[in-house]
This record gives sequence, C-alpha cells and structure tokens, in this order.
Amino acid sequence: MPNVASSTRRPASRRLIRGVMGSKLLAALTYPHGVDRYAELVSPLALTEAVRAEVVEVDRQTPKSVTLTLRPNSNWRGHRAGQFVGVGVEVAGVRLTRPYSPAGPEQASAERLELTISTHPEGRVSRHLRDHARTGMVVDLTQAQGDFVLPDERPESVLLISGGSGITPVMAILRTLCEEGHRGPVGFLNYARSADLALYGPELDRLAQANPALRVRRGYTRGPSALSGRFCREHLDAVCGAGWEGETFVCGPPSLVGAVTAVLAEGCLPPPVVETFTSPPRAPAVDPQGATGKIRFARSDRAAPNSGLVLLEQAEDAGLQPDHGCRMGICNTCSSRKVSGTVRNLLTGECSSSPDQDIRLCVSVPVGDVVLDL
Amino acid sequence: MPPHTFALSPAQLERFGEELDAIRAQVVADLGQEDVDYINRVIAVQRGLEVAGRGLLFFGFLAPAWVGGTAALSLSKILDNMEIGHNVMHGQYDWTGDKRLSGKEFEWDTACPADQWRHSHNYMHHTYTNIVGKDRDIGYGVLRMSEDEPWRPYYLGNLAWAALLALFFQYGVALHDLESERIVAGEVAIRERRGMLGQIWGKVKAQLLKDYILFPVLSGPSFPFVLAGNVAANLTRNLWAFTIIFCGHFPDGTEQFTEQETQDETRGEWYYRQLLGSANLTGGPLFHILAGNLSFQIEHHLFPDLPAHRYAQIARQVQEITERYGLAYNTGPLHRQFGSVVRKIARLSLPATRGPATPEQAALAPRSAGRAAA
Repeated sequence: MPNVASSTRRPASRRLIRGVMGSKLLAALTYPHGVDRYAELVSPLALTEAVRAEVVEVDRQTPKSVTLTLRPNSNWRGHRAGQFVGVGVEVAGVRLTRPYSPAGPEQASAERLELTISTHPEGRVSRHLRDHARTGMVVDLTQAQGDFVLPDERPESVLLISGGSGITPVMAILRTLCEEGHRGPVGFLNYARSADLALYGPELDRLAQANPALRVRRGYTRGPSALSGRFCREHLDAVCGAGWEGETFVCGPPSLVGAVTAVLAEGCLPPPVVETFTSPPRAPAVDPQGATGKIRFARSDRAAPNSGLVLLEQAEDAGLQPDHGCRMGICNTCSSRKVSGTVRNLLTGECSSSPDQDIRLCVSVPVGDVVLDL
Repeated sequence: MPPHTFALSPAQLERFGEELDAIRAQVVADLGQEDVDYINRVIAVQRGLEVAGRGLLFFGFLAPAWVGGTAALSLSKILDNMEIGHNVMHGQYDWTGDKRLSGKEFEWDTACPADQWRHSHNYMHHTYTNIVGKDRDIGYGVLRMSEDEPWRPYYLGNLAWAALLALFFQYGVALHDLESERIVAGEVAIRERRGMLGQIWGKVKAQLLKDYILFPVLSGPSFPFVLAGNVAANLTRNLWAFTIIFCGHFPDGTEQFTEQETQDETRGEWYYRQLLGSANLTGGPLFHILAGNLSFQIEHHLFPDLPAHRYAQIARQVQEITERYGLAYNTGPLHRQFGSVVRKIARLSLPATRGPATPEQAALAPRSAGRAAA
C-alpha cells in the first residue's frame, strides 16, 4: 500500500496556509532567515518543509526501553511497514540523530508513529529518551527510508524473525498484515534476553489469539524458553512447521542474520530480506606507532590509506581542494562533515567517534577508518 | 614602527600558551544544554523584537509607535549582527550539530554576504590580527589606522572617511572582502571580482527590497514612517557596530606587528599577539550582550570559537594570567576607549611631523606595560 499521507486529503485552509508560508513574498519579508525560523517560535511543528513530531504518549514496556507515540507535522509523508526514520533529539545541548523503525501499521502512518527505543549501555540518545521522554517533547524526523519493506504485492506466507530491538520493523509488518486481514500463514519469531525484557508481549499474544494463521514463538537467551540456543533449523520448524516455504524478513544483530541466512540456504529456501545494525564504534586506542585504516572521501568517490597526517593534508594529497584558511584550527573555514570514524583533535588531544559530525580538517588526525563528506 | 620586542622568553611564551590552552579546554568540556538554551533565547528575543518593531512601525504615524518600533528593530538588527551572527558564524555553536546554528551556513540581516565575511573575518582578520599589511581590518582600506601606513593627502579626510564608514558601515563591511583598494591601485582586475560583486549585489538587493520597498509598501499609508524607521534602524546598527568594533583593536595601548616578526609563530606567540592587539570594554551584562560580547575582545581573540557569553566567566582568569606574565590587559569604559580611537584617527590624518620615533620619544609614547624598555 502506498504512503497514505497525501496532499489531496488536506483541507483547503491548510493548503492556503501552506501556500502563503511557501510564498516568495513571505520569503522576501523574512529574508535571510526564512519563514520557518519565525513560524517555529510560535509553534515548533509549523515548518514549510522539515519534518518534526510531537510526543503525545510515553510508555515504558520494560525497564530498558521506552515507547513513544509521535504526532508528525504536515510534512510527514507516511511510511511503509519495515522502513526506518532518522530521529533528531537534543541531548545535553547536542543534536543527535539515530535511526529507529516505526512499529505501527502502515494504515495509521499518516497521523501517528510509534517508536520503541531500546537502551544501549553507552547510548546517549536511547538513555536520554528512556529517562527524559515526556509528552509535548518535539523531535526532528527524516522522511521514512529503507529497503526493508513489505512488498506491495503481499507474499502469501511470511516469516518475521527479530532479535532485541529489531522487533520494531517486523512489528510494523505484522500489524499491517493483521489490519489487512491477511489470510496466509505468518510466523513471528523473536529473540530477547529474558521475558521481562521482551517487547510487545501482551500484544503479540492478543494477535496470535485473534489470527489463527499467525504463530508467535519467543526465544530467551538468558532465561528459560522453549527455543534454546541460537537460531537453527529446529527453531524454524517450531515457528513455521516442517516443509515451509515463504518470504523471510530478519532484523537483528549480525549473528542472527548470519544464522538465518545460513539455515535458509541449507534448506534451499529463498534468502531473507535483511536489516541489521552495528553498535556505534568505540574510539580505538590511539596507536603512537603508526597510522592504520583508510580514509574515504564519499562525495568524490576517492579513498586513500591513512597516512597519519591531518585530514586537510590527506585530502589535498588525494587530489581534493577542500576550503581552508588559517590551517591552525581557528577560522573554521575547513570545517567539514565526518560521516563516520574516529578522529583526534591536535589542539585538545581528544578523540571523537560520533557519526555525522562537523570537524576542522586542519587539526583532525584520523584514528583508523574515517569517511568524510568531501 | 620600531621592531617589536617580545617581553617574554620563548620558554615563557610556551607556558603562557599552555595556560591559555587549559582555559579553553576547561570551557569546551563544560559546554552543554545551558549554552544552547542561551543562544536560542537570544535568537527568540531577536526575532520577537524584529516582528514587534516592524509591527509597531506599521502604526508609525503615531510618534510613540515610531520610536518604539524603530528602537525594537534597531535592537533586533544589533542582536542579529553581533551576539548572534558574528558568534554563530565563528563556529561557536557548531558543536551542537544544530543546522540553524551552523557557522558555515548562517546568513545575517545585513548587506554583507556571510560567505565573504567568514573569509575576511574568521580567516584573514583572526589569523593575521593587527599585522600591518595583512590584517585589512586595520583601516578597511579607506582609513589610515597605523603609523606604518604611508601618509597620503587623501588621509587628511581620515575623520570624514571614518564618519562615512560609520554611517554606511554595513556597506563598508559588505565591500570589505573585495579588496577595493587593490582594485583602485590596479593590482587586481575588477573582472576577477565579478563573482564576488554578484554575490554582494544579491545580498544588498534582497536587503534593500525587504527594508526599503516591501515593508513600506505593505504598510500602505504608513509608507514614509516604515521607510524612515527602517533607515533609522539600519543606521543605528551601523553606528553601534562601528563603535564597538573600532574599540576592538585601536584604543591607546594596542599594538601592531610586522609580517616579519610574526612569521613561523608558535602558539604562545600567537596568543601573545592576540592579547596585545586587542582591547576590552567595561560595562554591565546588557551592554555586553548588545556588544555581542566583543567588549571581551581580548578573550574573543584568544578563543574565537568559544561561545561568546562564556568570555565574562573566564575574563578574570585571563587577566590574572596576563598580570603574572607582566603583560598589559587593555580595558576601559566605552567613552574612554572610543575617545582614544577618535583621537588616533585624527592624529593619523596628518603626516608625522618628525621621522621615526627616537628612543626618547619611544620611551615617552604610550606603550603597553609588557614592552621591554627601548
């Protein structure tokens, strides 16, 4: 089903307001800051293009998670089951963005998003949200993206496998199928640490009761469960029955994805649709001996081994001509975006591994692999 | 100008630099939610003043509304120019990751294109501060602000040119990066500056349209009052900005440097030059905010990328360090500092009545306490 939010559904008054807000006159009157920078002082959601959402409900299913229901502004174009959004949150003054998959069904996606955030032991955003999320809080959103989606032509038989917080996109797929009254067999297999940390328990029970074609099984890695150990052929048969054939979706840590892919391959079943995530990199120990890793210049599609020099010089050695000025970390002219990787600041000695961070190339030395938006 | 004699030994300069580095590290480690909340509050106030000012001017046929509207709009432009624009564009809030506070993307409510200002100010002025022949803020290419600038009859009008620059300061700043004195001297062909001229005209056009055509016309019968109010607001901002900025590096006691003596500068020497080339203004909290905290010019030149509202907190530490190293910390009330600047402009409008200062004259002339005796 295509994204449900559509401009033809909006009332005429809203279209008029949008027309005025986007008008050239208003742009000229609010030059150079633009309409949004004034409108948002009145209402944080009133923007011409950017997507923002207000938290309307906060639920804590488990001690290590928080479920937020968001009401997006009118720029939100809805999502397809399985996609993710980038959520921007201010944590101790810094705007951080993390990808989360809405867990709600497609049918409700125009008006509401449900996000379940599981805390990561060192996660700044996840822990901040678990501790401080409250109704009325406003977050930035990107439009929905990702290829881990339920195809428009629904497969007859579906198997949804997830580990930990990977449950969210498959919940979206499951809820969508249930809302549609999907008749074909659906298997839902989730691995969690223990029963008290498992998400959506009551709802999954309810859905299983209401839908005879749905079979839900759970495995607990640190607790008693019917399915012990890692994913294997037995687990597959337990949830799908022997001789099963269908479309498999798996979302979870690389180990789970690997196991599922292997088992399906052994059984000559079609490979799964996969979504996986890796933890943010920890800053590697600074190696005084020599430079390791590779520097990739994403926009120019070039790469070079890390020579240990500051990134400005490494970029210039690679044939690029980034803007620069004082070459001593003061004037900010060489400030560029580090997409990923760790850098050490020569002025402060500090290392930083945050993704999507602006750094001054002239005083930043890469530690290991680094990707720059240059 | 007799060659500069560093009052500190290389070892002392290194320690001096390290102590200042430590202050910077201390502030950087402390940056957080309060700093972002502060700048967002200032922005909210500025936008509010702008809307209120323009709104009141629509009723400008009533004298109190005209005065109030012009005052509010003046304050809005001053805040946008100084506490917000200048500081954000220095990259002082880049650490927040908030695109609205991005140093490289911010555009301000004045004739000068932000990109050109970033180049002439962040890079040129802050790297080559007070180096005669390199820091073009010494005179802006139209005034004689240094004894080392050879006198020409044109400079008899120094005070007049200064007054004109003050009245039309936003245009002076807009044309600054063009290096028009070099164009006039034939060093640079005007066709090389076509791109920059186009950029300047684009900005000037949008500003003129907004302030002098669209808002006046929209107000209908209040046209002359809105126009007059907008002119007055721009004028007020020009005069205020000129005054504060010219107090930054020209009051008695500030020092200038040659290219030769600043080659291969160490970090300690860089700090030394920034300190001795800058002067502060005393005043209350509101004064400092309206001055964009450029009243802490010394702290700003030592740490251009630290959020400016932090300078007040570290000023005492900085002053204590300078005292311990026997260096001058140039500060004083606005009328005294600006008075000395006006006297300097007047003095430099005349050719020196004698040749280069003799040692006796050098001993009598105002010098910072740190200079070694001739």
